[in-house]
Amino acid sequence: MSYSAPNDSGSLYPDAPAAMRVTNLSFSYGTRLVLEGVTMPITQKHVTAIIGPSGCGKSTFIKSLNRIGELETQVQVKGKVEFFGQDIYSPKVNINRLRRQIGMVFQKPNPFTMSIYDNVAYGVRVSGSLPKRALDEVVESALVGAALWDEVKDYLSKSALGLSGGQQQRLCIARALAIKPKVLLMDEPCSALDPIATRKIEELIHSLRSELTIAIVTHNMQQAARISDYTAFFSTDESQIGQMVEFGTTTQIFKEAIDTRTQDYVEGRFG
Amino acid sequence: MQTTSETNLSLAEDLQADLPIKRQLFSYGMTAIALLLTALALLPLFSILFSIVQQGLPQLSWQTFTTLPSPTGSVGEPDGFGNAIIGTAVMVGMASLISIPVGIMTAIFLAEFSQGSAIAGFVRFVVTILSGVPSIVVGVFAYGVIVLATKEFSALAGSFALAVVMLPIVVLSTESALLLVPTAQKLASAGLGASRFQTTFRVVLASALPGIMTGILLAIARAAGETAPLIFTALFSTSWFDNLLSPTSSLSVLIYNYISLKVLLKNIIWLGQRLWCCSV
Amino acid sequence: MSDSSELKIDITTPDGAELDRGFTGLVKGFALCTVFLLFWMTWVILGAAIPAIQTFGLGFFLSQDWDVGALIFGALPYGYGTLMTSIIALVIGVPIAIAVALVTSETFLPIWVRSPLAALVELIAAIPSVIIGLWGFFVLIPFIDPVQLWIFKVLGWIPLFGTEPTVGQGSIFVAGVILAIMILPTIATISRDVLIAIPTELRSASRALGSTHWETLFRVVLPTAAPGILGAITLGLGRAMGETMAVTLVIGNSPQFTVSLLNLGATIPSVLANQFAEALDTLHIGALMYLALALFGLTLLVNIAAVMIVKTLEQR
Repeated sequence: MSYSAPNDSGSLYPDAPAAMRVTNLSFSYGTRLVLEGVTMPITQKHVTAIIGPSGCGKSTFIKSLNRIGELETQVQVKGKVEFFGQDIYSPKVNINRLRRQIGMVFQKPNPFTMSIYDNVAYGVRVSGSLPKRALDEVVESALVGAALWDEVKDYLSKSALGLSGGQQQRLCIARALAIKPKVLLMDEPCSALDPIATRKIEELIHSLRSELTIAIVTHNMQQAARISDYTAFFSTDESQIGQMVEFGTTTQIFKEAIDTRTQDYVEGRFG
Repeated sequence: MQTTSETNLSLAEDLQADLPIKRQLFSYGMTAIALLLTALALLPLFSILFSIVQQGLPQLSWQTFTTLPSPTGSVGEPDGFGNAIIGTAVMVGMASLISIPVGIMTAIFLAEFSQGSAIAGFVRFVVTILSGVPSIVVGVFAYGVIVLATKEFSALAGSFALAVVMLPIVVLSTESALLLVPTAQKLASAGLGASRFQTTFRVVLASALPGIMTGILLAIARAAGETAPLIFTALFSTSWFDNLLSPTSSLSVLIYNYISLKVLLKNIIWLGQRLWCCSV
Repeated sequence: MSDSSELKIDITTPDGAELDRGFTGLVKGFALCTVFLLFWMTWVILGAAIPAIQTFGLGFFLSQDWDVGALIFGALPYGYGTLMTSIIALVIGVPIAIAVALVTSETFLPIWVRSPLAALVELIAAIPSVIIGLWGFFVLIPFIDPVQLWIFKVLGWIPLFGTEPTVGQGSIFVAGVILAIMILPTIATISRDVLIAIPTELRSASRALGSTHWETLFRVVLPTAAPGILGAITLGLGRAMGETMAVTLVIGNSPQFTVSLLNLGATIPSVLANQFAEALDTLHIGALMYLALALFGLTLLVNIAAVMIVKTLEQR
């Protein structure tokens, strides 16, 4: 594992502190080790991209950051994931409160089978009730934030399933934004979308960056190069266990990577 | 950095706080209720199995399978239900002979020859509806077709009713077994020049056979346990199976009759008590 | 050109074309036989019911006298019994079935407990109904009798519970309880399949927004599964209405009409089971056929509704 740039006091963004800091993280599903020894920061109010060939554990990694991976199976975690200095795997942490702070957008758009309005209001309603007017405001600002408001403002009570794939994905972003998370995790958010919808999501990520810390998994290298400030390259070793190969500013990773595997990957020689 | 450590402290408090008591109660309460209701659902099953084993096992002997029921009131004579076993076997066997070929053919039509046509949709719809017809109504149908025509309760009428009960089960389970055969196999067979008839018999039926057998066994089990279609078609008999056109005993009807007798007895006792009370 | 003529390749009449056509016709014929069966059934039952339909008309269902000797027949007690036992079955059975579906599809229990549990619940459906009736008569009735007495003491002022239960003979209420047990596997198994088919992404999305497992179930999973569960309940209702033996053995088989659920009663299937074998008079047989026709029609409607619900679900 090699570092092309110092973590926080990197030459490009000297003042940016880390919103999350991962130290020597290993992750197993049951007894099967899938990810080993990851150390990297997620820098505040920047976009961090995680790239790598399929099966390298990048999706597992991002799911470990809001502890959503443990929904499906028994998992074992070693190492440390800190969120503003709080160890998120500490037994004292309430998992539901944690997930409200760290939002997530998934691979396939997954709106609930309810109206557009109810989708966005969902997170707020779960944690308690707001007066109608306040809720309206939350929904509107979330939809505006996700660049969807103009398209749906007249159809808020229509089913979310009637939206196009790209609109659905932006709705899911709005749904995550509505509870004002500090970090937004995105797990290949454009993999099910066409180029035009992908473009819109990328523009959206760009505009959210000034307010929000974003970590995004992508298999599309051009996308990582376009939208991210930092990039982590993940790969598998001989025993098929995922690991982080290299972390640095996006420019460094794409232009002057130290590890040959990173160079090979970004130049399209494998993966 | 003062401000950061303060936000960190409040963040720590937020992350480590418990959920509101209402939400916690909802979580734990619902889990408890769901588990409790599930346990409740299984209670009858265990009670049924327990009662059958506890009451039935001591009575069990070879003789019960090979002898006739003893006349009411007799003591010391061998008591069994051999005739009911044979009656059930004969009627289920007859019903299988009719329903299995017809059912498999219908399923082959649905799965292999219909190519999603409207007529196949209709056939499937009718079969689904047929599977939902109460078995007592099937009994009424068999009564209307055979008993009213022959003026005789008979094993034939019972078999007919059981065949109608079995048919939709055979069709639906066979069709789903046939649909599990990968299209690639059918295409491979057709690609080698086999006709549809050959493909169906040599490839599809052969590889779906285990699934079809399971479906047939289910249908047979269901028919063997049916009572409602038999009580007024095959009726009952205390002697050995004789011929297809006379009343025939079956296990399920035997059970029903025994309890009915007991109910009748209880009714008489109860009525007697009432009369006695009134006269006093 | 010369090559093909020498090789004599003929692709116009493949081997077995006649066989294929004949076989296609054969399976189609069998399929149509199956369809014909449903119409034949309708025809036979309708035909035999005609004497009663002509004599009693639709008033049959509102009249409460059933006197075989005087050849006066009215279906109200049986219609009422069928309706009430089915309602009781749904009221008791549906919540339990949904709980079972959730417990066997969600992660409250480890998988090695969940799967056998689901199999056990399905096993209930495999027990012949006469066996359940046998158990109902010897085990369930003595167990429920004190409960019924208690209901009568506490709620006896309500007409629905306004008669003293007959100890040891069952009642409409007991029949409803036994039907609840019998429709439980149907509803639970289908609902479980529906729940399992709901994409995990929806659960993940809800959990990622900080909701708990049960909040996710109630706000996202169950609403999404609602049409499928409704279909399952409708199928269960169809089973409840037509179930015969278990009900016959625990309902007491009384043709007297009373509103009280604690009283002995009868359902359409139970009266068919009790009287058909002894029916001799054409009008008596006709009245029973009329009852069977009504039951047939009702279950047909309920089952068609269930199929429709499932179909719209598949299209979505």
